[in-house]
Amino acid sequence: MLRLVLAIAGKDLRVELRTRTSLLSAAVFAALMLIVFNFARDPTAVATIDLAPSVLWVTVAFASVVAMNRAFTVERDNNAFDGLLLAPVSRELIYLGKYLANLLFVLLVEAITLPLFILFFNLDLGGAFPPLVLTLLLATTGFVAVGTLFGAIVARTRFAELMLPVLLLPFMVPPLIYAVKVTVPLLSGRPLSEVIPGLTFLLVYDVVFLTLALLLFPAVLDE
Amino acid sequence: MTLNLGPGHAVIRRGLVLTVLGLVGVAALMVLALAYTPVEARQGLAQKIFYVHVPSATVLLWIAMPLTGLLSMLYLWLRDLRFDRLAAATAEVGTVFCLAVLATGPIWARPIWGTWWTWDGRLTLTLFLFFLLLGYHTLRASLRDPVERGRFSAVISIMGVVLVPFIHLSVYLWRGLHPQPIILKPSAPSLPPEMLRTLLVGFGVFILLFAGMVTLRYGIQLVRDAREAADAA
Repeated sequence: MLRLVLAIAGKDLRVELRTRTSLLSAAVFAALMLIVFNFARDPTAVATIDLAPSVLWVTVAFASVVAMNRAFTVERDNNAFDGLLLAPVSRELIYLGKYLANLLFVLLVEAITLPLFILFFNLDLGGAFPPLVLTLLLATTGFVAVGTLFGAIVARTRFAELMLPVLLLPFMVPPLIYAVKVTVPLLSGRPLSEVIPGLTFLLVYDVVFLTLALLLFPAVLDE
Repeated sequence: MTLNLGPGHAVIRRGLVLTVLGLVGVAALMVLALAYTPVEARQGLAQKIFYVHVPSATVLLWIAMPLTGLLSMLYLWLRDLRFDRLAAATAEVGTVFCLAVLATGPIWARPIWGTWWTWDGRLTLTLFLFFLLLGYHTLRASLRDPVERGRFSAVISIMGVVLVPFIHLSVYLWRGLHPQPIILKPSAPSLPPEMLRTLLVGFGVFILLFAGMVTLRYGIQLVRDAREAADAA
């Protein structure tokens, strides 16, 4: 079972790493957003530390949407998805494979964004780095679960690239609110106990929406 | 030659009657609220919008949205297109009610709170609901095949129903200006009897209007589907 999931995810990542177009454009998009944000504030009026958490999460949100658009639109070319559906694999495993590939892909984009963010905003994270990575991981796990389900839906519509953010952004808001609530105390060096409720909320969101997306995915596919 | 448009026309007629009754009811509610209900001591006439705002919000949150979620689940379970049409109708009329809530809220808030908008938990939740509904309609509009449209919009709607408590949880902790419930609360309703009477009339009128508009919308969809089927044949 795990082997099948890994095979589907591996296929997606291989396709992506051979062309690198989506990864590169998502990473460049994230870097450009950070730069635009840097010039969109008045450095004498707003301190970096006040703006940093929201900049990080807005950048992560939009770069993730750009990255997630790829998952099912690539399957549309040459009717590749029909081939996947014909494979003797249950729909749930197809979902998990696509989800895993999406998750790794978005995490890769975040792995490029985070150092740039620290660099551009001159942050000294110190001991806050591991919990910040954990926050990114928990928030991403949840909204990619929703994004993978919606990706399969919007791939069947016209204007799929525009439809995904319209449907997905409301679902990204609760994890983003809590991620920002966690990031603010982390960046200002307050004790870790303050971030536990926020991280718990993110974990609950992950469990609920991953389960729900897994249950609903077969309904998206059946003809 | 006249097209046979099926049972849609009868449903539309019924929906029209109910909607007109509902609209007459809204007019009567205005008269009742303005002429026969005492003016609130502190807020003055601004409080009158309460009799529109609260019933619209109640119908939206406790009737329209649960119905859309329930009908979507029924559609995924039974795969009967009637459930999908009805879910679409409740969502569409729900959007109208949502807009009514979002429009009357700021008009009331401006004189009383001194601001048109505040990021209070309930306001934020209603705004997100509105955007969820817009997404739902955008998706529906971009799909042609009714069966596929039914499945996809049911999936989105069920996801939305689960999302609402999460949005509620993530925003309600913020300190808000919005008053707490005054009728559905553990202790007795804290509203003078005349105001309570007008509010209850408001609930009745808006439920009637909702039922009328949903019936009308459902009938229109029946006619539209019959026409599409006739074109395809």
